[in-house]
Amino acid sequence: MMRWGRVGLLVALTVFVGACTPWVKPYERAHLADEIMSFDRDPIANGYLHHVYEAREAARGADGASGGGCGCN
Amino acid sequence: MQNAERRTLAALVAALLLLTCSWVKAEVLAPDRLDVMYHSYDGGGATIDGPSVLVRKNIGNSFAVSANYYVDMVSSASIDVLATASEYTEERTEYSVGAEYLNDRTTIRAGYTSSEENDYSAQTGSINISQSFFGDLTTLTLGASYGEDVVGQNGNDTFEEDVARRRYQLNLTQILTKSLIAAINVESAVDEGFLNNPYRQVRYLDTTAAQGFSYQKELYPETRNSDAAALRAIYYLPYRASLRADYRWYQDSWGIDASNWALRYTHPVGERWLFELKYRSYEQTQADFYADLFPYRDAQNFLARDKELSEYTSDTIGLGVTWNVPQKWLWVFDKSTVNLYWDHFQFDYQNFRNVLTEQASVGEEPMYNFDANVIRLYFSFWY
Repeated sequence: MMRWGRVGLLVALTVFVGACTPWVKPYERAHLADEIMSFDRDPIANGYLHHVYEAREAARGADGASGGGCGCN
Repeated sequence: MQNAERRTLAALVAALLLLTCSWVKAEVLAPDRLDVMYHSYDGGGATIDGPSVLVRKNIGNSFAVSANYYVDMVSSASIDVLATASEYTEERTEYSVGAEYLNDRTTIRAGYTSSEENDYSAQTGSINISQSFFGDLTTLTLGASYGEDVVGQNGNDTFEEDVARRRYQLNLTQILTKSLIAAINVESAVDEGFLNNPYRQVRYLDTTAAQGFSYQKELYPETRNSDAAALRAIYYLPYRASLRADYRWYQDSWGIDASNWALRYTHPVGERWLFELKYRSYEQTQADFYADLFPYRDAQNFLARDKELSEYTSDTIGLGVTWNVPQKWLWVFDKSTVNLYWDHFQFDYQNFRNVLTEQASVGEEPMYNFDANVIRLYFSFWY
């Protein structure tokens, strides 16, 4: 029984490690590397727009930008 | 299991790990870059514009530094100002510095920001750490920031109050397919201290006043906790263009629920041009202690009539264009772009009345609305 348990553990570990294999290979990432696929292509422009949103809206955070005291109350 | 079998098993697992992950390349730092921007906000009687300069420089292969200089020149005759005060001008200057350290697939960033204006100063420090996993398909970032603000009041030298701001962030970015990348962002914020505006006032019914109402100072709780979560994704279309979708949910301890969603279409044309079209929709409920018109003076423990704490919706359309400058014109840089982005905001308030309207009885004034234009004109240089 112990032996089967260890084999099961080995299979589970192999499956887990197998999941580590990226399903999108490096040579398949040409589209993802294109600048039009960036969440933050121009940080100076994105940062400013987030500042406008925070100054005009009650909601704040989770916008992908680091928070700061902007004195915009 | 015998020792030999154990060793075989360990060797097998180690070999599997090496086989599956050994091809992974280390991350690289973003390239050196200089951005110079003119920004402008014009709407609701307020004009805010100024310059911003951001420079980033790598030192070796694993260290980078950055610095940002930013100015807001404010000229305000907004409805709040016109109702209880007179037009004013002021200037806010912000300096930021940052450092980034990259080791294999781990990046550690630290930053410091200082903001100064004649009646408000803010200092913020932040740190975050990113780690990519699973063949760089997944990137996890944990971040925190702490800020201390000092609130002053023009014309009252004895007034000085403090605010402490804490933020905690978790970001997970995941490559899902060859053409789809998604991210989840979660952020909690805790603010403590003097959170209202020392100038802003609330109005209450007053039959002894000629206009039927009077004003008193607003008063907010000294603590505000909020949670926000966002899901965003970018999809590479069958031709060279991308579609981005964002959704964010927000809730705070002042009773405000908010959400926004946005769609952005980005379309390059040839080697030199890139066009962008965006629509964004935002809505929020009002704070528990907000009212457009209180029934009498000191009607509640906490009082607010800040239109940003009222119930309202906001719609934004945005257009943008980027032009990649031929390198022979600016040969000292590896790449240069000229960028012009315009966003048009429309704000519609559901419980904030336009008190500047004449010939309307108290509490029956039309709801306030306004539109605003935001311009970002910037030049980017990679070197």
